[in-house]
Order: sequence, then C-alpha cells, then structure tokens
Amino acid sequence: MQAITAEKIFVKGNEAVAMAAIEAGCRCYFGYPITPQSDIPEYLSRELPAVGGEFIQAESEIGAINMVLGASATGVRVMTSSSGPGISLKQEGISYMAGSELPGVIVDIMRAGPGLGGIDASQADYFQATRGGGHGGYRIIVLAPASVQEMYDLTMLAFDLSDLYRMPAMVLADSVIGQMKESVTPNPRPQTLLPPKEWVVRGRLAGEPQNVVKSLYLGDGEMEAFHWKMHARYQELADRECRWEEVQTADAELIVTAFGSTSRIAKTAIAMAREAGMKVGLIRPVTLFPFPKKAYAQLSERCKLFLAIELSTGQMIDDVRLSVARDADVAFYGRPPGAGSLPTPEELFEQIKKNYRASA
Amino acid sequence: MRYDVFFAGYGGQGVLLAGNLLSYAAIHEGKNVSFFPAYGVEKRGGAAMCTVVFADGDTGSPVVGNPSVSILLNQLSFDKYAAKVKQGGVCIVNSSLVDTAGVELPGIEIVLVPMNQIALDMGDVRMVNMVACGAYIEKTGALKGSSLEAALKKALPERNHKLIPANVKAMEAGALAARG
Repeated sequence: MQAITAEKIFVKGNEAVAMAAIEAGCRCYFGYPITPQSDIPEYLSRELPAVGGEFIQAESEIGAINMVLGASATGVRVMTSSSGPGISLKQEGISYMAGSELPGVIVDIMRAGPGLGGIDASQADYFQATRGGGHGGYRIIVLAPASVQEMYDLTMLAFDLSDLYRMPAMVLADSVIGQMKESVTPNPRPQTLLPPKEWVVRGRLAGEPQNVVKSLYLGDGEMEAFHWKMHARYQELADRECRWEEVQTADAELIVTAFGSTSRIAKTAIAMAREAGMKVGLIRPVTLFPFPKKAYAQLSERCKLFLAIELSTGQMIDDVRLSVARDADVAFYGRPPGAGSLPTPEELFEQIKKNYRASA
Repeated sequence: MRYDVFFAGYGGQGVLLAGNLLSYAAIHEGKNVSFFPAYGVEKRGGAAMCTVVFADGDTGSPVVGNPSVSILLNQLSFDKYAAKVKQGGVCIVNSSLVDTAGVELPGIEIVLVPMNQIALDMGDVRMVNMVACGAYIEKTGALKGSSLEAALKKALPERNHKLIPANVKAMEAGALAARG
C-alpha cells in the first residue's frame, strides 16, 4: 500500500515504542523512571520537545497518570509507561480514565514482583492487565508484542484502538522485548478512520455546548446503564479486534500457546520439535484483551492437546481453558519471574517432548 | 543459516558493545538480527552478558540455552557458561583472566586467546572486546572483517570515530591469535 519503503533501524524495544508514539501523533508523555522501561521516557524527553510535544517527568506515577487523564480529556494523544510497582500506582487513574471513557496509551514493561520484586522479565501481571487492574469492573485493551517490530507497530495500533473505542489501551511486554535490539522498519502511521473527538472538555464560550468529562454517575440507573454500555463495547471489541498468530497449526498434534517473549522462545523449541518429526504448532495471542477465544475454539475442534507456557505460575492458561473445546487438554509449563528463571528453547523442547502424544 | 553467539564477562569489559558491533555487522550483511542483553544493576564489575542471533530468515528465540559459540571474558563466566556450549561448538576464552587448567569439555573446542595481554600490547586494555570480536570472526567465518569495520561507525558515537583504526588493529590481532 505504502509507496515509501522506510530504511531499517536497529533499536531497543523500548525505543521502538517511543518512536512509534511520536509517529502515531502522541504529543504528550508523562511518566516516572523505573527499570526496565526507562529508555522510553529517556527517548521522549529528548525527542518529544523537538516535535513540539510536551514531556514531563512527574513527581510520581500517580501524578503522571492523572496528567494523562487531564491531557486526554482535551483530546490530544497521550502516553505513559512504567513497570510493576509503578503500574500498580497508576491503577486508580486508569480506573478513572475507564470511568470517563478516556483514551490513552499505557506501556507496561513487566518486571518480577510482587512488591519491589526484581528487574527480570515477567508475565505475572497478565491478570492485572487483562482484568482491568483497578476498581469498578472495567477492562482495557491489552496488546502483547513479541518483537521489536511489533513494539513499534502495536504501539501505533494501541493509539488507534484506544481512540476508536474510547478506553485506555495497554502495551504489555517485558524486559526481554523491551531491552532487546532488533532491526525494525519504522512504518508510517496507519491511515485509520477515526471519529472526531466531540466529547472533549469544553466550556460555555460563545454559545458552544458544555462538555464535562467525569466518572461520577449518581443519577438513578445511570451507573448501571454505563456498565451495560461498556459491556456491549467490550463485546464489540471481541467481535472485531481479536488478533493472533498461528504457526504450523494445520497438522499439529500439540499446540503450544504463549504470548510475548515466551512465544519467541517457544517458536525455536517448536522448530526443534518439527526437526525431530513431531507435529507441533503455536498459537500466540496478540490481543490479550480481547482474548482471541474463537481462534482457540476452532483449533481445539481438531487438536485436543495444548501446552500453555508463561513466565508465571499460570494466568493466561485460565483464558485458554475458557476458550478451548471441553474435551481438549491444556497442559502447563511455567517459570515464575526472577533472576535466572528465563527458560531456554532447549528447556521448552523438553516440555514439548514430555507432553506430546501423537495420534496413532 | 542461523548463527548465535553468547558473550559474557564483567561490566566494563565491553561485552554489550561487542554484541552491538556484531549485530551491526550482521545487519550490514543484510541479516535479521536480535541482540538480547542481560546485566546486573551495577555500572561496573557486575555480570554482563548478551546473546546475538542473526539469520537470513526468522531469528526465533533471542534466548539461547546451548550457544554454538560462547565468548567468555572472565573466570566467573567461564565457570558458569563454558559447559553450556553446544556439542561441536566453540568456546573462545580470555586466557589472560581465565584459568582453564584441569577443565575437560568433551565435544567443545576451546580457543584460548590472551585478550587482555593483546589489548594491552595494542595500547589499551579496554580494546579487549575488539580482540574478542576478531577471534570470533576468525574461528567462525560468520561475518566479514570489513563488515565489522563498517559496523564500528554505527556502534561507536561520532566522538570516538578517531579510535576506529586502533580498534580494527585490535580485531586483527585477535584474529591472528585465534588462528593459533
């Protein structure tokens, strides 16, 4: 479609997020440093002012997310980023954004936890991300990149989906994808048809109608109606926006499922299994919310054996189990996050061998 | 063809720069590359590691359990990682700092290069990573020397470009030493 072929660049995943945000028209960033995502504010502190944007290192993560809320209410594209402890601090603000139907992109480069935990790669914030995270019963869009290229492309998609569905969108990765460098094509911003932001905060100046952005619903039935409206919107998201990747699933006797960094390690393990004559495939959810349930349901019509692999004691596996056919088995292999706990392809290949059973 | 190489040493030995350099060289040759770093919270003295994978096609896992080639720059990383090298693989060791006496690694070729000594002889011990890169291309033939030279311009900040000729010489000395 695009006539221009951009030259490849060699950057970190975190840098790709920051570059993509600028390309996507994000002109406000508010954040607070924390490993392993500080390359994002570092890059934007330098580059955002250069394009006329606003970069503020806030006094805290709570300050930052409330700045995001305020900026979003005026209609600009805005982003924040953090990790583990910082994302926990932001939950109040994210809940208020969800309640106010405000778009905005939150990048979570997961680190080990709970508490201060450690700086190593983790996928143990899957529940926090996909179940909303804060109070009140809401969901946010969650995208899980598995390469530096996807860090770039999915950040731009996060802005579009967030604007389209008027809810916060999260890019969920970890220190493997955030700190890794790969060659990337800096694609141009997609030409998505977006509705005008008629809901932005407005006063009564010159006879204009007043717009108030709030998350307080006191009227009789008002709050309930809001919940049903959002429920319908989540359904719409599930119908239209599920994204996933399948690798060699057509003849697979065992389908591995993993997201983000683990899916990358699993791919090489699957190549080893194929070389050994085992029919193994992969399904990788790209959208964690909405979760691509139908894709799993379809695959499990034929293949009855799945192996979920996560950097946790098992969270995504719940969604997998809810999605596959009732007679399908879902095995699990997890490495909870921490120093020295990143699995190798060789290790995952052993798990594949352990669980594989070819139909006669 | 898919190549993988694992570098380990302590912070300050230039492990990450060496990984970056090989990455840029591979990109220069039109490969897809993943560079995966891991390091401690310390600025100097902590453990530093990186894995570089380059391929014509998909690079796959950025994490490698049994590397085809490991370049180990200090005793700690040798003790921890030498035995993980794949059968038939190569372990390039900085013999200036690593004592390999009594260590048997069947199926793994150990290449001893006194990297610190060579770097010192070339004028600066900080070029130990360049000596290592030279030894790597000599042993594997995975990348061309000219690609590494071109990569130096990308991997080093402009203010250090005046040091490129010295770095190239250090790489050549590393290659010569690895030839044996």
